[in-house]
Amino acid sequence: MADTRTDSGSFEELAMPMLAQMYNFAHWLTQDHSEAEDLVQETCMKALKGFKSFRQGSNFRAWMYRILRNTFLTSRTGLQATTLSLDDDGSGVAEPVASGTPESIAMAGVDYQRIQSALEGLSVQFREVILLCDLEEMSYQEIAETLAVPVGTVMSRLSRARKAMREALRHDRVRSASR
Amino acid sequence: MSCEDVRNRLGSYVDSELSPVELAEVESHLRGCSGCASDALSLLKMKHMTRAATVRYSPTPEFRLRMEQNIRSKKTARWSGWIPRLVTVAVTAVLLLALVTIWANRLDRERAFTELADLHVATLASANPVDVVSTDRHTVKPWFAGRIPFSFNLPELQNSEFTLAGGRVSYLHHNPGAHLLFNLRKHELSVFIFQEQSGELSLFAKDMTSSKLAVQMETWSEGGLRYFIIGDAPASDVHKLSELMRRAARS
Repeated sequence: MADTRTDSGSFEELAMPMLAQMYNFAHWLTQDHSEAEDLVQETCMKALKGFKSFRQGSNFRAWMYRILRNTFLTSRTGLQATTLSLDDDGSGVAEPVASGTPESIAMAGVDYQRIQSALEGLSVQFREVILLCDLEEMSYQEIAETLAVPVGTVMSRLSRARKAMREALRHDRVRSASR
Repeated sequence: MSCEDVRNRLGSYVDSELSPVELAEVESHLRGCSGCASDALSLLKMKHMTRAATVRYSPTPEFRLRMEQNIRSKKTARWSGWIPRLVTVAVTAVLLLALVTIWANRLDRERAFTELADLHVATLASANPVDVVSTDRHTVKPWFAGRIPFSFNLPELQNSEFTLAGGRVSYLHHNPGAHLLFNLRKHELSVFIFQEQSGELSLFAKDMTSSKLAVQMETWSEGGLRYFIIGDAPASDVHKLSELMRRAARS
């Protein structure tokens, strides 16, 4: 995992190497190329303006992602996408993996396109937590900083997101088999 | 560790978030429980497949370039935004300093005028207003020799309305100078002459006139000397005497 903690460095030196990552995350959130560009641009301008308030030594990546995510959530697309309500109790108890499901067999037959579609079909809250954990390889602590929620909430949300992903893949497989 | 305990921790297990103790306990359980091991495997596979299958969107080179330029221009704008602010602050500070200096100088000038006016009034109230009593300039001028550190010329008053009454040595801020008394009809006018280089008088950077409480004042500089005329005569008469003094100084 890349070390994103730093004691010094100008904003440009810190932010530019993260541009591709941020754009990818923005694209996954907005699901649109030009909206992703606008989102990254607005994020960078906001971050540059508030760079003085960024505490040196804290996690720059989590700080940038938090700005990006908050900017997205307050945008028109973000507000439309977050109509799904979540029941996060923050208890920190991850949902148990459903026992006895033939996922290992099912996963073998799932192609990449279906995984992509399943991820795209998830709510923003589920999609972002899977992206931050599995794609960006953030630690639970980093995800908690990015989403501004307790680590326990990250664990429970991640568990439910994965369950939703499994359900989406199972339905997709059933639909394909019945054709 | 029970199956339920392990399943609650499988997410943290595949995300490498377990403590070493918990990891050892979970792995020990998985080695002996095929059901939990199957769940762990499917979760791990899904994580890896999600990572492998998920498209990574890349920004265009144009966008990257635009962002670099944006960040740089904003940084420059922020710095360049400071320059006018700094200039404004500096100019304001200079103006304030100038105003304070002008105000302080004005106060000092007012004090000097007041002091001279007091000297004038005190002299008139004195039983012996002058130390050398003479209408003759050729008597008065030599009297000051050795008493003050400079010399000056007195005007010929034969064809004027002014009469010389005499003179005395006066001090302004510990600097000795000539104090001459002139009569004009029923008015009495004092002419003070001091060396220009005396510190306090440098405040009078230019010729000035002033009128306060029916007392007229005029000051000017000539040949390294600072002249003051103070009296209750009209300003035009005070100016006539100043013209006579100026001409005499140049002769």
